[in-house]
Amino acid sequence: MAESTASLLLEAEDGSSLWQDAWLRLRKNKAAVIAGIVLLVMVVIVVLTPWIAPYSYEAQNLDLGASPPSSAHWLGTDIFGRDLLTQIMYGGRISLAVGFIATAVALVIGVTWGAVAGYVGGRVDSVMMRFVDILYALPFMIFIILLMVVFGRNILLLFLAIGAVEWLTMARIMRTQVQSLRQQEFVEAAVSLGLPPSAIIFKHIVPNAIGPIIVYTTLTIPSVMLLEAFLSFLGLGIQPPQTSWGLLISYGAETMEEYPWLLIFPGLALTITLFSLNFLGDGLRDALDVRGSKD
Amino acid sequence: MGRFIFWRLIQAIPVIFAVITVTFFLVRSAPGGPFDSEKAVLPEVKRALEAQYKLDLPLHEQYFAYLGDLANGDLGPSFKYPGRSVNEILGSGLPVTAELGFYALCFALMIGVFAGVFAALKPNTKQDYIPMGMAMIGICMPSFLLGPLLVLVFGIQLEWLPIAGWGDLPGDKILPSITLGSAYAAYIARLSRAGMLEILSQDYIRTARAKGLPEWRVVTQHALRGGLIPVIAFLGPAFAGLLAGSFVVETIFQIPGLGRFYVQAAFNRDYTMILGTTVFLSTLIVLFNLVSDVIAAWLNPRLRAQFSRGNS
Repeated sequence: MAESTASLLLEAEDGSSLWQDAWLRLRKNKAAVIAGIVLLVMVVIVVLTPWIAPYSYEAQNLDLGASPPSSAHWLGTDIFGRDLLTQIMYGGRISLAVGFIATAVALVIGVTWGAVAGYVGGRVDSVMMRFVDILYALPFMIFIILLMVVFGRNILLLFLAIGAVEWLTMARIMRTQVQSLRQQEFVEAAVSLGLPPSAIIFKHIVPNAIGPIIVYTTLTIPSVMLLEAFLSFLGLGIQPPQTSWGLLISYGAETMEEYPWLLIFPGLALTITLFSLNFLGDGLRDALDVRGSKD
Repeated sequence: MGRFIFWRLIQAIPVIFAVITVTFFLVRSAPGGPFDSEKAVLPEVKRALEAQYKLDLPLHEQYFAYLGDLANGDLGPSFKYPGRSVNEILGSGLPVTAELGFYALCFALMIGVFAGVFAALKPNTKQDYIPMGMAMIGICMPSFLLGPLLVLVFGIQLEWLPIAGWGDLPGDKILPSITLGSAYAAYIARLSRAGMLEILSQDYIRTARAKGLPEWRVVTQHALRGGLIPVIAFLGPAFAGLLAGSFVVETIFQIPGLGRFYVQAAFNRDYTMILGTTVFLSTLIVLFNLVSDVIAAWLNPRLRAQFSRGNS
């Protein structure tokens, strides 16, 4: 009896951490779980692409030309007779890489900016957030196009440009978090121990704001991917010989009348990924109880 | 209220000024002058051209000359279309883009508000899940995919609507407007659902119901006004997004609007055109953000009270 009570207590203590609660809530959300699995499969596939792609990336078959889906080419071939599945797999590598790397850039800038503004407060805070407000008012699409024109279409610049645009909301969220966290005892304790502000911000405050950071990161990735696809569609993003889903959709749109599969399959790949990221983000938001809203 | 507008205007001016400055120096720092490429031009001709476009002056003098021209509303000549000024090109594209944006926004507002309010009336039922699921699809389906798909289905397969053009054939404005507006319809649906849900749980709505008002009057006369404030506040950013979205939609449907000119200018490296369009569009967007902020503040009784107190 006593033993079972003790083990129950132990279990209760084990199961009461924020992360386990969140995990339990997330597991109950079917849409989010399916979305997570889809994404995981997607990531594994694009990581392994060089080894598992059915054809080589450059392999052309001009005699075959554009052919509809068949047993040899599951998703058909493009006008040069290249296997579409292979193209989509390689395109996914670029699209997902842009999504993750540019989001990471945004994450680093946004978290640092918001944390410093919220922690230091006062005039520094109002100047820093005023700057964010000003940037919010600017038409970034136009500026990214401008950057691509001025500095040439280079993938590294694309990462930086998109990342530099998407950090604003993260900075705002982070600032609100920090403002409420810095009032708490553990931060006061850290201050009275004489820790330098950078250690307090990055070792004590940021880890406690990780929930909103994760949620917002998940929701930033799809908007970044959309931006890349948008630019590539206009011919201002990824350049051949590299490819991305946006570029494949752009080629597909040119020939959709005769070869609709060249538009539909890359479009599906992009839409499914964006869909999954959004569902996972919404699920994480509910599970981690960020903001508590249901929109 | 007047004071609020005044302060917002004061804040907008440095933003616009910063945009002009940053854009100017970015464009001027681009490698290669506009007359370096293509045919070999005689050095004298090149010098004459550069003098004509004031490129022979030191950079800071060019900048002040440009500011002076801007103050007179002159965006300068186009590099790639000799004889045409940026003003002319913008002037021919703006009405088209404005019309497209207006239809798209109307479509987005009608569909979005209706779907959002409809969903909020019976949360967590089929009446909620179906429109919100469609909104999710709308958000995840980029315009450059939706546009070609709509053309494929309604233009090519069913042959109901024209596949390109603007104002040449009856009905050719429908597909571009839907393509441009659908993502915003989806956002607006989500915003108005969230806004309505919050308002419908307020005390004053309970009071309205308790005094026996029919539900539709509770919704239309009491809840909508507060519930749609987030939607109004979204209209500023939405307008900016619509302009950016028009790049793609105008390219897909071959519409002679600002977006298409801008993308063409980007490809042609028509620097004055890029500079002029960026300045023009940014100013427009900053002003539109201002207007939507003012409207949102005016609709919000608490804010309005605050500002009229500040006024008196």
